[in-house]
Amino acid sequence: MDMRELVNSWARRLPTWVVYLALAAPAPWLFFLAVTGGLGVDPVKALEHEYGLIALQLLIAGLCITPLRRYAGVSLLKFRRALGLLAFCYVVLHLLVWAVLDVQAFDRVWADIVKRPYITIGMTALLLMLPLAATSNNLSLRRLGPRWRQLHRLTYAVAVLAAVHFVWLRKGWQVEPLVYLLAILVLLGLRTVPRNRGRMVGRPSRDSRA
Amino acid sequence: VGLAGMAGAARAETDEPNSWEEITRYNNFYEFGTAKGDPVKYADAMTIDPWSVRIDGLVDRPGDYAFDDIMAKMAVEERIYRFRCVEAWSMVIPWNGFELSDLLDLAGVQSGAKYVAFETYLNRQEMRGTRFPVLEWPYVEGLRLDEALHPLTIMATGIYGRDIPKQNGAPLRLVVPWKYGFKSIKSVVRITLTDSEPPTSWNKANAREYGFYSNVNPEVDHPRWSQASERRIGGGLFAERLPTQMFNGYAGEVADLYDGMDLRKLF
Repeated sequence: MDMRELVNSWARRLPTWVVYLALAAPAPWLFFLAVTGGLGVDPVKALEHEYGLIALQLLIAGLCITPLRRYAGVSLLKFRRALGLLAFCYVVLHLLVWAVLDVQAFDRVWADIVKRPYITIGMTALLLMLPLAATSNNLSLRRLGPRWRQLHRLTYAVAVLAAVHFVWLRKGWQVEPLVYLLAILVLLGLRTVPRNRGRMVGRPSRDSRA
Repeated sequence: VGLAGMAGAARAETDEPNSWEEITRYNNFYEFGTAKGDPVKYADAMTIDPWSVRIDGLVDRPGDYAFDDIMAKMAVEERIYRFRCVEAWSMVIPWNGFELSDLLDLAGVQSGAKYVAFETYLNRQEMRGTRFPVLEWPYVEGLRLDEALHPLTIMATGIYGRDIPKQNGAPLRLVVPWKYGFKSIKSVVRITLTDSEPPTSWNKANAREYGFYSNVNPEVDHPRWSQASERRIGGGLFAERLPTQMFNGYAGEVADLYDGMDLRKLF
């Protein structure tokens, strides 16, 4: 059995709830570490950063599903909803830690969102995720039909905004956030590669094929 | 005990020095990486023995001053200072060190000198963070001469009576307690007296965000975050923010250095 089939059969057998559970587990665990000193001497910033970073990683994982199917023949589509929903949950936790434990006052939270561009961008990304999270159920999928796919392309904007937020909040041009941004741009770039080169080149010959 | 006494007690409580672990395991020293835990992990590679400081420019006795010779002549004392990072966290650190003015006296400052430029050690083999152009290396900083000669300005050589660890800027570093932490340049190898304002690393990297003076000022925000309050390291996950004080609480000692200056423009 080759690698691709191995992964596919493994993915078929793995229940989705296991993925939900495994990816949700770091949230309470990190909080426990932060309370007990396991995240170092500045637990507020560490927890804020960890939740934000996991959210970004889950967004990137979600963006990998389509290219993996297309270029590697690996189908992990059944996990994509879990990745997206959990990314949303981690972003909300990220926001809560920042607002409640770091900034600590609603007027200052609002002032930061309005005044500081990198926070405005992060907040925009979160707001754009709201309709995605709200329509991530089967009912919405059926009701919206083809519009569901269009709507969920917002994920692309969310990922780019989240990565820019990360690049911008650091002092100086730091390597780590730039790597995340680059990964996202590559994953989005792969989607612009024509699905079938032959057909693209041969577009005028549509009639001749008939 | 009146109100003043109570306020004094509360102040003293928040000014309890941070622990050795907090001070030495949470550092910004970008030559060893940009994560707070990088310096303690990687600074061990830095050679600090032998060490000398080149003092040059507008001085009577320019030259390389060996660290041991400097220490033989300086009177080391303990100074417990608040330390306020531009990132809005803070600590209280019991430094051991001597006044910068005593070191400058060794070299003899000439009358034309108006500024002091500082430079950090640079060895790209030993400093893994310098592989990335986060800043232009070597790290450089500067003070106006009156700031440098102020009695609060020290060269620190120890913390809690022990030799200063490499991640904190061994074997000697500047400490200017009323300015944001990045002004307090680490592992100094060169001090140059000049007649013009010297370039400083963060100002070169982003002049809109980091000025030459960089005095702690709760009324002048960093463009990307408020400077009105700070997180005191060591308070845990649920600690309340503390209000940031003008000149980091040293206004009584240093405010007159800036009489007549617009601190919003000259931030």
